[in-house]
Order: sequence, then C-alpha cells, then structure tokens
Amino acid sequence: MTTPSLSSLIMAPVNAVMRIIDAPLRRLQKATGIGGMAAFFLAPNMLIFGIFVLLPLVINFVYSMTGGTAFFLSERDFIGGAQYSRLFECQNYLDPMSCQEDAFWTAVGNTFWFVLIQVTLMILTALITALILNRELAARSFWRAVFFFPVLLSPVVVGLIWKWILQRQGLLNFGLYQFGMEPYTWLTDRTWTFAATIGVSIWAHMGFYALIILAGLQAIPKDLYEAAEMDGTKPARVFWRITLPLLAPNLLVVVVLALIKSVQVFDEIYVLTGGGPGTSTLFLTQYIYETGFASALRNPGLAAAASILMGGVLVVLTLIQLGIGKRGENKGKR
Amino acid sequence: MGEIKLTDVKKSFGALAVLKDIDLHIKDGEFVVFVGPSGCGKSTLLRTIAGLEKVTGGEIEIDGKRVNDVTAADRGLAMVFQSYALYPHMSVRQNLAFGLENSNMPKAEITERINEAARMLEIEAYMDRRPGQLSGGQRQRVAIGRAIVRRPTAFLLDEPLSNLDAELRVSTRAELAALHGRLGSTMIYVTHDQVEAMTLAHRIVVMRAGKIEQVGTPLELYNEPANRFVAGFIGAPHMNFLKADVVEVSGEMASLSVAGGYRVQVRLGHAQLTPGQKVTVGVRPQHLVVSNDPLSPSVKVRLVEALGSETVIHGDIAGEKLLAVLPGQQRLNAGDEVRFDLTTPPLHVFDDNGIRLLTHAGQVV
Amino acid sequence: MGKVARFILRRKGGQGWHWTDIVTWFWLVGGLIIMFGPAIWLAFSSFKTPAALAEFPPSILPYVTSQATVEGYDKPLMLYDAKMPDGSTRVLAEVRRIGLVAQMVDPKAPGEIVKVNINDRSPVRTMSFATNNYTEPFVHFDFLRYLWNSVFVTVVATLITLVVNSMAAFALSKYEFKGRSLAMLVILATLMVPLSVIMVPLYSIISTLGLFNSLWGVILPTVATPTGVFILRQYMLTIPDELLDAARMDKASEWQIYWRIVLPLTAPALAVLAIFSVVWRWNDFLWPLIVLSRRELYTLQVGLSIYSGELNVQWHFILAMTVVTMIPVVLVFIFLQRFITTGIAGTGLK
Ligand SMILES: Nc1ncnc2c1ncn2[C@@H]1O[C@H](COP(=O)(O)OP(=O)(O)OP(=O)(O)O)[C@@H](O)[C@H]1O
Ligand SMILES: [Mg+2]
Repeated sequence: MTTPSLSSLIMAPVNAVMRIIDAPLRRLQKATGIGGMAAFFLAPNMLIFGIFVLLPLVINFVYSMTGGTAFFLSERDFIGGAQYSRLFECQNYLDPMSCQEDAFWTAVGNTFWFVLIQVTLMILTALITALILNRELAARSFWRAVFFFPVLLSPVVVGLIWKWILQRQGLLNFGLYQFGMEPYTWLTDRTWTFAATIGVSIWAHMGFYALIILAGLQAIPKDLYEAAEMDGTKPARVFWRITLPLLAPNLLVVVVLALIKSVQVFDEIYVLTGGGPGTSTLFLTQYIYETGFASALRNPGLAAAASILMGGVLVVLTLIQLGIGKRGENKGKR
Repeated sequence: MGEIKLTDVKKSFGALAVLKDIDLHIKDGEFVVFVGPSGCGKSTLLRTIAGLEKVTGGEIEIDGKRVNDVTAADRGLAMVFQSYALYPHMSVRQNLAFGLENSNMPKAEITERINEAARMLEIEAYMDRRPGQLSGGQRQRVAIGRAIVRRPTAFLLDEPLSNLDAELRVSTRAELAALHGRLGSTMIYVTHDQVEAMTLAHRIVVMRAGKIEQVGTPLELYNEPANRFVAGFIGAPHMNFLKADVVEVSGEMASLSVAGGYRVQVRLGHAQLTPGQKVTVGVRPQHLVVSNDPLSPSVKVRLVEALGSETVIHGDIAGEKLLAVLPGQQRLNAGDEVRFDLTTPPLHVFDDNGIRLLTHAGQVV
Repeated sequence: MGKVARFILRRKGGQGWHWTDIVTWFWLVGGLIIMFGPAIWLAFSSFKTPAALAEFPPSILPYVTSQATVEGYDKPLMLYDAKMPDGSTRVLAEVRRIGLVAQMVDPKAPGEIVKVNINDRSPVRTMSFATNNYTEPFVHFDFLRYLWNSVFVTVVATLITLVVNSMAAFALSKYEFKGRSLAMLVILATLMVPLSVIMVPLYSIISTLGLFNSLWGVILPTVATPTGVFILRQYMLTIPDELLDAARMDKASEWQIYWRIVLPLTAPALAVLAIFSVVWRWNDFLWPLIVLSRRELYTLQVGLSIYSGELNVQWHFILAMTVVTMIPVVLVFIFLQRFITTGIAGTGLK
C-alpha cells in the first residue's frame, strides 16, 4: 500500500461528491437511455450559451429598434429603424462632423485608420520576428518567450505601463533628454497619442501572431529548402518562391484574425488615453460602451444599433477566415 | 449458466444492414468461434450480444430471459477487446477492481477475486504497474483477467490475440483453451485466424455479409462445407475449385469431366445430378498427390514455395489455377510439368449456386 | 566560456557575419529590451517614493536623499557631499539655504556652520525601497478586497469552465445524437460574437437575473467558451471508443465514464484550458467594468483603471498595484509559457 499522496487527499472529497451525484444520474440514465445522457452532458453549456450569448444576440436587434434610457425591454418604446437612421443622418457624407452622431463617425474613422495601420505594421513585424525565430538560433524557445511575454499581460497593465513611460517624467522623455532634446507631453498631442495607441497595441499583441506564423513556417517541409539549396537558389529567391507562397494560407488566416481583434480594440487604449485627447483615440467599442452605459445621456438603443453594425463587419471577417481555413484543410487532404 | 439464444437478430446502421436474420443457439459452456471475412459483421454481432449495440429486430435471450432491453452492464457478460481497452490511467489492480467496485462488491471479496485471477494468469508481479508499462502479452492477460474477475455468464472475445506476435499467439492460444477447460463458462470468440478457430472451437460460425453461412464443429466444416464459400474459407491454403461438366449418370456413380476433359468418377449418395449439368469440383491442395500415370492431367508449375516441411506448388491446369501442398521437399522448378492424380482425393461437388451437392470420399493414400 | 560564446554566436554557414546575422541579433536584442524593458522599468519605479517619482531626469533604481537628525535641530536634515575650498569632500547636513549659499553643519560636530555654494554640493543618495507603496493600498485602500475578488472570479470561473466545457466536449465527441452538428454549429457561431457586440443586451440580461453588481455576473457569461469546447473535444476524439465500451461492460454509468475514464485521460488538454482560462479571467476588464459599479466588488483590473483615471493620480500606489496584478501572469509566463505557446501554435486560438 502506498501512502496517500497530496492529490489523492484533495481528490477524496471530490470523488465522494461525484459518487453521491452518481446515484440520481444512474436513475436518469435508466429513464432516458444513453442518448438522453448526451443531452444531460450538453445541457449546462448550451444553457449558458443560450442565456449569455444567443439570447443577447437576438435581443440586440430588438434593442436597436427601441428608444429611451431604460434597460428593461418592457420599459422601452418601439421606434423602428430610428436609431439606424440617426447613425446615418449626415448633412454631408464626406464630413463626419456634419453627422448627427459625429462621435460615431469619428470612432468609425479612427477605428478604420487604426485597423489599417496597426494590422499592417503588426503583421510585418510578426513576420520578421517569426522568420528570425525560425533561423537556427541558440536558445530559440527563450527568444520566442521574449516576444510572447507582453501577450499575457492584462490590457490594464499594458495601458498603465505605457502611460507611465509616455508621461512627462517618463522613460521616453528621459531617453530624449539624454540626447539633449526637450521633454514633451506625448499624451496631450493628438497625432502622437494616436501613434502611441498603434505602437502599444502592436507591442502587446505582436508576439501572439509571430507565434502562429512561426508554427506555419515550421510546418514547411525542410526538404524543400534542402532541394532549393542543392539547386543553388539564392536566399531571397527562396523566401519569395518557397517560404512566402507556402506560408500564404497561414498568413491570410493570421491577417483576418488580427483584423477581427483590431476592430474591437478597447481595453489597453481606454486605460492609456481614455479616448483622448479630445476624441482622437475614440474607437468603436469605446463608443458603444460609453453610449450604452457610461455617459449621462446614455442611449442603449443607439449603442445596440452601432454594435450590430460592428458585428456585421466581424461576421464578414469571420466567414472569410472560416472560408480560408476550409480551403486550407481541403488542400491538406489532397 | 451461460446459454445464449439469438432468434432472427437484425442490426442496421441507418440504411446499412449489417446483420440479417441471425439464428444461433449457443449452449452453456460451449466455445463458439465466429469467423468470416473482414467487415462481415462479426464484431457487430458480438457487440449486439454484449448489449453495446441495440438490435433493430429479433430476440436475444440469455438463460431463457429476453435481454433486448437490458443494458450491457446488466447482462452479466464480460468482453475482451481487440485493443484490450485497459484504462491507461489505472494500475493493473485498479483495472481489475473497477468493474467490481461498480457493482458495490465488498472490498474483501474484490481483493480475493483479484488475487485469484492474478494467480491464475500469473500477472501478480505487475499488479501495480500501469498498462503503458506492460508488454503486449502482459496487457492481453490483464484484459482477460478483467473479464475473469467478473465471473460472467459468458465471455465475449473480439480478436483477442491479433495484436500479439506469432509465437506468443500460439502459447496464449493454448492457455486460453486451458482456461476455458478450467472455468467451463461459455465463450464466444471472434477471429480471423483459421488455426485459432479450428483449435479452440467446439463449434465454428462462418459468417458472410451479415449472414451465417454454416455452423458446425471444425471437422464438419472442413469435411462437409455447406457451400463453396465455407469450403474456400476453412482450410489453408484454400480449396481448389475446378469447373466440371456432368457427363454421365449411372446408378450410384456419376462421371464428371474436369480440367479440359479429364474424367473423374464420384459416388452420388443422395444427390441428384443430370448429364450436361455444370458443376464445380473442389479439391483441397493437401489432398493432391503427384502421379506418374501419363493419363493424369498435367499441371504447369508457375511458382514453387519451398517451406522445408512441405512445398506449395502454384500451377495452371487447363487454364485454371491449381494449388498443391506436397509433403517434404520436392525437386520442382517453375516451368516444369507435373501430373496430379484426381481420382484418389476426396472431391466436393458444388452446383452453380455454390451449394454443395455431394462429397466423394475418395481413397486416402 | 569560449564554447558558450561560440554556441550563442553561432551564425549561418558558420563563417563570417552574413548581413542576416546582424539583423537577427539587432532584432533579438532590441526585442529583449523593448519587450521586457517597460515592465522592468515599471517594477523599479514601483519602489520609489512619490518625491523620487516626480524627479526628472529619473533614476533607474529607487534612490532617496539621505537625512540625518542632528543635535540641536528638530527636523531631520538633508545630507550632502560638499566640496571644500581645499578640494576635499565632506558629508554635511544642510540647515538652510540663502540664495546661492547653503548653510551646513557637520553632523558629528553640529556647533560650527559651514557656508557652501549650492553648486558645490550634491545630495547623498542611498537606495531605499518604498515598500509602503505595496502595504498602504492593501491596508488603507480596498486593494486587498480587489485582489480577493480577482482571485475568486479567476478560480471559480476556471473551475466552472473546465466542468461545463468538458461535459459538452464529452457529449460532442463520444455520442451520436440528432442535432449534434447543429450544436457544433451554434458553438462555432458564437466564436463570431465578441463581447463588444452584445454588451448592451447582455447587461440587461444580467440585470434581469439580479446579477448586476455581483461577481457571478462577471463569471457566468464567460464560462461557456467555444475555444474550451474545441480544445477538449479535439483531445477527447483521440480516446478510443473501445475504452468507453469496456467501462460500460464494467457496469460504469455514463457519468462515471465521464468522471473516472474520460476526464483523467483528458488531463493535458484540461491543463492547457485551465492555464488559458486563468489568464483570461485574471485579465478581464471591459465586462467587469460594466457589471461592477460598487467599489467593494471591483476586481484588480477595474480598481486599477478607476484609480489611475482619477484626477489626482497617486502613481506610487498605482505602480505597486500594477506589479501585484502582473505577478500571477508573470508566474504563468515563467513556469507554464511552454504549455501556452504550444497550445496556441496547435489551435491558433487565444
Ligand atoms: N457504428 C457503426 N456505424 C456504421 N457502420 C458500422 C458501425 N460499426 C460497424 N459498421 C459497419 O458494419 C459492418 C460490419 O462491421 P464489423 O466491425 O462488425 O465487421 P467485422 O466482421 O468485425 O470486421 P473485422 O474482421 O474487420 O473486424 C462494416 O461494414 C462496418 O463498416
Ligand atoms: Mg471486428
């Protein structure tokens, strides 16, 4: 007989509970058969999914067609498509400031530029990082971990770290000071703040995408490179003719994934800038959050309408991603 | 007690009918072996008996009680799986105890039964190891042990030896036979292996495409196969089949023309043959003997497999293939001509539906 | 040493420095500094006193100006290294400063006043860790509560996540039933529904259920994650069905099969999901921010962001609490990073 281990001490009461649960479940199994047990196992998950994901999804549409500040649906008045037309009501469609909901269009514009620049730069850096990590490095897993570190940090921590660095007495100004430059209050400058949001979110997420790209790179059969080497192919040509084409499906998935995440940008930017200065870093999710909850003039219906528009964009992106994934799978099978 | 009776058992997966009208009566203590080509439904039949699959029609009775709606757990049977299906995260002892604990057996009795089984199977030395730390043969014993401790009314074994190497198979086969002798319980055994079937079975059930082709003792099947399929399936290498025409029927005897005109005489028995009828003659490769008679049919040797103790000849006889197993070592080469005597070996005659019409005893030399 | 250096500096082809080697090293070392530097800078800063934090240019390590109590003076005096006219330096305490001249005394001989030009003296600084940056928020603010709330949410949500998702994965991988593919599709579809899309109606549901301003309101909506179901289902598909049949023959109930057979065998995948879930729930921000409006219910993330958003930010506390918030994640990073990276590389899920 072995002495009881720590894990068995912990598991003993759990096992006892499970044994007690077993008796009624056996009866259930008798009554419903093995097939009925499938429903039993699926039920908790489906219940939670249903209540907290599917149901909200459905009532979101109802919300977007009601007005007022109340949160309970029964206290809200049906107003049809008024929230949507409010979002789209502009005097001049080329100038967001002429729209009734100028904040929405500012957020849309900011998000658009943010997504465009952030995803492009981030995928580029992630690709370079992955290519470098894919070389024959000493201590590769250490280096991989280095780039991955910020991915685990919470958005709040990320926001605070950079707020601390970018503030007037911060590390950035200290660095500039060493080169004889004047300290600057970065986070009060619209352009610099926008640039900072892009830089910070690249810093925080790049490692994740580098990791996926690296996995794609490592899936490329080594013998292809060896064959190319036998043919005396130049490294640049190897990259353009072998690495990139074979990586393309993987890279495409990564790009769409990055787009999906980038459109929803919120947490770390909210902590870093609060959407300011002014509305220069106000993004869509923050707009929805503030319209729905935070501002004194909250309008849940409007927020719901805006979130549905955003959801539409995400659905399109996700379908593209699934489409790419499917194609990749089929290719793999053949 | 372990009497199992199947009446009209049907099983289909969706539109695919896997078992068709299975009738079978297995007596208590009998060792029954299911054989048949891959995909014919042997495992499905076994799993249906076990209660792991629900029948789509017919009746299953165990000891006279209808068990169609009784779950696998409550049928009182034990099963040994092809992959052994030992619980990888439990020690050998826990593997054996699991089923007993589930039926709320007192601890002392569990220990006693496990120890007894361990002694019987000589697995005492590794009771505290996990399956991953055992060899294939040891795992196999544990799997059998897990069945034994349950003291089931019948054992169901699905190709239990197929994952062992050839040598281990032979020794384990003998042990299984001994085990059955000692326990005396009903065993139903699925296999691909002819030798296993012939050596272990009281009765063999030959299946094809979801149907039972024949049930009988090993020698019945070997000597009097019901049809061409059974004849070809039992015995290795398989029986030779030669096209033949009935030339003449006179009294007790019929005269057949085989291998491009060679005449053989067969005793009719109860069978009816009519002149001009097309039949098939079956002859086992082991029954062929070389003949010096210049009238015997000539066979062109294509390939010689010298196995030392015997020699297998692959040849052509009047455009048909012929296999012969000759004793000892023969001086034959590919391209040689050799003559075989077709008048002395036992001959089976099948009609054009493959049903055996008669067996001519021949004169064993 | 030579061997180590050669190993670390191993280059393509082995001879000479190809330009790609230089880029590689530039990138890696730069990455090391940029990825770790900010967090380390923050950690160092968290030990500084408010005065040291306000300094510019900042020092890297937490220094404070030394003080000494000198006989005859009530308040402690600042210590300086003063350059004497004869070129030597003495440690003196400053009594007062008049224009460009500082009146100083020798702490050992406080009788005599020495006049020193203020440009000839520099403060004596010693390293000192302001540990009360850490203790104060716990003792005088609610951060201990926030820490507890965060731990509670993380642990409970992770446990429920493991149970609920493994049950669903079990059903979806080991049973054939009508509507199985529909269930899979529904779960897949929810991958497309991020919180930002449904936060308004979700909030109303939480309120209707009376879960507003409750930690359960934070926990429940997150526990049925499609990612979890997928990771576990994928793993369970590799468990042979014969094992389940064997257990059925062994009189195990379906619940026992789940609990005694399938779950133990799924342990590696459960571990990955548990690690993911801990990181997710610990880091959650937007949803707790919406659901929790009472101070005593804040999680660390919400508390931090609220305090850091105040007009008069007490950075020394914020920095210290940020470090506290970072600790579990850094521990996960140090010890379990490999699990996560292989998990991500294998599933492409975050
Ligand atoms: N769960 C199932 N769903 C659908 N078809 C099945 C299922 N199980 C078995 N079959 C089909 O039933 C037929 C018989 O299968 P079974 O496993 O009984 O064959 P077998 O005789 O045991 O073959 P083998 O000798 O290869 O083990 C096969 O065609 C198989 O594809
Ligand atoms: Mg089978």
